Amino acid sequence: MTNDNSGDVRLSGMSKTYGSFTAVHPLDLTVPQGSFFALLGASGCGKTTTLRMIAGLEEPTSGNVSLGDQDVTNLPPYKRPVNTVFQSYALFPHLDIFENVAFGLRRRGIKSVKKQVGEMLDLVQLGEQARKKPHQLSGGQQQRVAVARALINHPKVLLLDEPLGALDLKLRRQMQLELKRIQTEVGITFIHVTHDQEEAMTMADTVAVMNAGRVEQLGSPADLYENPQTTFVANFLGTSNLIEAEVDTKSGDEIVLRAGGGKLSLPAARCSAPTTTGGKVLVGVRPEKISLTHAEDAGGIPEDRNRITGKIADSSFIGVSTQYVIDSPVCPEFEVYAQNIDRDARLVPGAEVVLHWSPAHTFGLDATQDIDAGVETVGEEASA
Amino acid sequence: MSLVRWLKRHLVVIAGLLTLGYLLLPNVVVTVFSFNNPKGRFNYEWQQFSTEAWTDPCGVADLCGSLALSLQIAVWATLGATVLGTLIAFALVRYRFRARGAVNSLIFLPMAMPEVVMAASLLTLFLNMGAQLGFWTVLIAHIMFCLSFVVTAVKARVMSMDPKLEEAARDLYAGPLQTFVRVTLPIAAPGIVAGALLAFALSFDDFIITNFNAGATVTFPMFVWGSAQRGTPVQINVIGTGMFIVAVLIVLAGMVISGRRNRQKA
Repeated sequence: MTNDNSGDVRLSGMSKTYGSFTAVHPLDLTVPQGSFFALLGASGCGKTTTLRMIAGLEEPTSGNVSLGDQDVTNLPPYKRPVNTVFQSYALFPHLDIFENVAFGLRRRGIKSVKKQVGEMLDLVQLGEQARKKPHQLSGGQQQRVAVARALINHPKVLLLDEPLGALDLKLRRQMQLELKRIQTEVGITFIHVTHDQEEAMTMADTVAVMNAGRVEQLGSPADLYENPQTTFVANFLGTSNLIEAEVDTKSGDEIVLRAGGGKLSLPAARCSAPTTTGGKVLVGVRPEKISLTHAEDAGGIPEDRNRITGKIADSSFIGVSTQYVIDSPVCPEFEVYAQNIDRDARLVPGAEVVLHWSPAHTFGLDATQDIDAGVETVGEEASA
Repeated sequence: MSLVRWLKRHLVVIAGLLTLGYLLLPNVVVTVFSFNNPKGRFNYEWQQFSTEAWTDPCGVADLCGSLALSLQIAVWATLGATVLGTLIAFALVRYRFRARGAVNSLIFLPMAMPEVVMAASLLTLFLNMGAQLGFWTVLIAHIMFCLSFVVTAVKARVMSMDPKLEEAARDLYAGPLQTFVRVTLPIAAPGIVAGALLAFALSFDDFIITNFNAGATVTFPMFVWGSAQRGTPVQINVIGTGMFIVAVLIVLAGMVISGRRNRQKA
């Protein structure tokens, strides 16, 4: 990253309302030059509206959009040094691939486009297809044309609106790496809108999780995953087991909580909620952080680990790991992902087990939130 | 037995050919009789082969004058109806305004209303306004009834157009005018061309509305009607055949062009 900040995107107090509906609540956000930034959220969370306001395709109800030191809030889209890759690609059906890619250059009055377009088509490996029409290309190829058509203009910022949504899983993985490679190569700021948390985490340096028109949390993928600040982030990014617990004692760096009959330890630094003795806190732990031991061997578990008991309700073997659903008094559907290293033949549905994990992997959340916020249901998945 | 089987296998082709024959027979008759040399004033019975009418298509008084007038009116009516109709179609699809629903159904009225009613009411309107019947009243009437056909054709095309395409154009440094000329218009073009061709054909051969509102002006369909009372010159068949040939040539040219384009793509 350089000191050049001409590709910084700064949103200050930017909001958008449609009648009585607030799509985006006043938003302050800075995307530094050269970063790969992802706006992650379920459909209807305001991420696309935010992107469109940066592009100039939507006018903010209030607030400002700046690129570097320039306030572009009142500039029409065709005067902003920003280009978009649309979800549906929006390739011009009446123009061939070459002319699609050359479109931006020609509109800016550049006469000799042949060399640039050729190089750009080579970058996305479509040099052979230059004279074909968009409908003659496959989805993945169309997607690359859309990227080439935007990138050739050397925008300060490239906006990607769910660019991989229409591709099948395998191709999507491939394009994720491809986009990441291109971004590293050209060093342009990328702002990527997606509802796919895995995609956001794979590609972006920084992820902003949006929910109901607000940014819930912003940080690096690992930070968001390990230290979620809200139940929405905890559930939307991967899976979290959340347990309702009561604060028992607080001593220095450690909070001791009561859940069911047992006690759990939580590092004070990993708790984003206010804690008063006797108050409620949601305790979270990721499924892959948990070890599963058969109840008969419970004596061998080190003393300093958090532990709860339960019964295996369901297990599914998926090759690299086995996913267990544990019915526990503190949480009816506790999920555990166990690596298939030493498989204990006794761990079958119905077996009594002890779940235990390092207190360092525990996080605490404000118990006033909806414990199921951000849990993806089948219906949402289908419509997304 | 084998005949039945043969019929079964070729039923679609036979039905198709019969339909084509049914459609083309009148044209064949017109063409054949354009080479006739009738005895009397009427060209209804075959006498003998002659190319006389073909060598002198304007040999009948006022025929070519009326043809030129019809072409002139058709061109202007097409132009007027296509420009207005395209704008209306865009407005109806793209903008939400008050009375949009009403406009939408009013546009369809000229298509649904019996022509003779429209003709009579237009005449009443023109007479009440004190307008002098002639070229201009015919042109206004033609633009009016062609409009609904153009709007329908263009609207269908604009409705199927992805508005994201225009956003993409704006995003790629095209201002409003450039966006319209480079993206919107080319994509809407097939609908606009279809509407224009329809308007031309409708205007060129319209008789009822024209007859009511033309005053002393005589268009080609009116000329044919008028001469049919007194005797039909062979030249009418010559013009008819000519029009048929021109239409077929246009269709063939269109097929060749699109065929070549498809081959290029592949």
